[in-house]
Amino acid sequence: MSATDPSPMKPVPLVTADTRAFWDACAEGALTFQRCAACGHVQFPPRPFCTECRATGPGTERSAGLGTIHSYTIVHRAPTAAFKADTPYVLALVDVDEGFRLMVNLRGCPPSDARIGLRVRVLFEPLAGGGALPQVRPLVE
Amino acid sequence: MTPVISGAADTAVGRLDGSGCMALHAEAASAALADAGLRADEVDGVLCAYSLAEPHLMLSSVFNEYFGIAPSYSAAVQAGGATACALVMQAAALVRAGICRNVLAVCADNRLTGLGRSGAVAALAEVGHPQFERPYGMSIPAAYALVARRCMHEQGVTAEHLAAISVTQRGHARRHPKAQARDPLTMEQALSARMIADPLRLFDCCLVSDGGAALVISAADVAADHTDRAVSILGYGQMNTHEHAFAMPSLTDFGCRQSAAQAFAMAGLTPADIDVAEIYDSFTITLLAELESIGFFPKGEAGPAILDGALELDGVLPCNTHGGLLSYGHSGAAGGMFHIVEAVRQLRGEAEARQVAGAETAFVHGDGGILSAHCSLILGRA
Repeated sequence: MSATDPSPMKPVPLVTADTRAFWDACAEGALTFQRCAACGHVQFPPRPFCTECRATGPGTERSAGLGTIHSYTIVHRAPTAAFKADTPYVLALVDVDEGFRLMVNLRGCPPSDARIGLRVRVLFEPLAGGGALPQVRPLVE
Repeated sequence: MTPVISGAADTAVGRLDGSGCMALHAEAASAALADAGLRADEVDGVLCAYSLAEPHLMLSSVFNEYFGIAPSYSAAVQAGGATACALVMQAAALVRAGICRNVLAVCADNRLTGLGRSGAVAALAEVGHPQFERPYGMSIPAAYALVARRCMHEQGVTAEHLAAISVTQRGHARRHPKAQARDPLTMEQALSARMIADPLRLFDCCLVSDGGAALVISAADVAADHTDRAVSILGYGQMNTHEHAFAMPSLTDFGCRQSAAQAFAMAGLTPADIDVAEIYDSFTITLLAELESIGFFPKGEAGPAILDGALELDGVLPCNTHGGLLSYGHSGAAGGMFHIVEAVRQLRGEAEARQVAGAETAFVHGDGGILSAHCSLILGRA
């Protein structure tokens, strides 16, 4: 926790029963989300029920992996030593085209390229210990 | 039975070497009871919050044991920055229901000496979602910076508007002998300070402090036997819209709109009736967004009004008159309670060099998480 921690490790996603299938799909390069068969509501993260109509077992669909930056910040002061070497880095909220929102880092461009409205494409970064983390980079048409 | 605030107190705030979480709780509690003219054995309800420096599953029980009391009702509440206001709302409900006659609400933490600044920043970042936020390096300032950036985009908020908040509140803190940050602060200094999470710079972010605060909420007839300085609780309300930054329903409009509307309706007042406001200011953008969501200013107009002095002691809405979390101090849930203690002092006419002339109504607001949990109070001179 301190800045002098000799072996800072970034936190890895703490997978639960609700999210195991989501992270398994990420490891295969697929971003998934849920759509309720009863009412059509799109939701993320995955849960065993629809938060809109309360129907059980919403279906899982694969996203095309395209979205738009809703807001962003350039982080200069890292929350923990594990992220210090990455500063400055972009933390963004991305509205994925299918209708759900992700927090991600913007990769593949200088932080100064970040802007609200920027179109982005999802990529997957390998995680220490296996699996992959969805991130985004600018969409080049 | 009508509830009133019969006692209010806070400890010293800042870097308190040798301080401990429970000792700060006890010091604040003793001072609030003395202020109310009550003995510890007259307390029949205790409400506590949480601690980062000395966490425990049952903090109110730990406090009762340490303080040496055995109240018939006790609970700990965890709603981040909304906690202190939520404790008053819950205490008022307990008194109204006839369950308690004197509720002690007490919050304290020794974050600065117990965790250090980096330790506190890291501990707070753990409120991020363990799968969908923390792996991305989200700090709490970064989450609020997302709000600030969107407010700049949609409502024309500028860095100058935000800096004017930190400069105004530093001016208030300089009139408070206990405030942690009392060095002069200019617009130029605020606008050129070290960037933390763009667009938020150092002075856009709250302090990390040691300190505690306590309130006693009593049935009005009990209070009348012990003090003539009780403050009326005119209204309260809550709203809880989400927890995590990625689940915010809006980045420019927040649940304080509904919590405040409930409180104003209960009090039979409107924002125009408020003489002094003490509103949660974990970051400059927190205050600006809340001022507009609550309706003290139309969308897009808070920033220019603040630049024109709206939040000064003689402005249209004197605000965070003790200096707030930005300049007075922030020791966890006690940070939000400092706002309530200051409101009580303003309504009693005890705010000395920072007294708002003729203050008869006060609005207090706390928010926890990423503008997630909201609780509003309206207090009045008895």
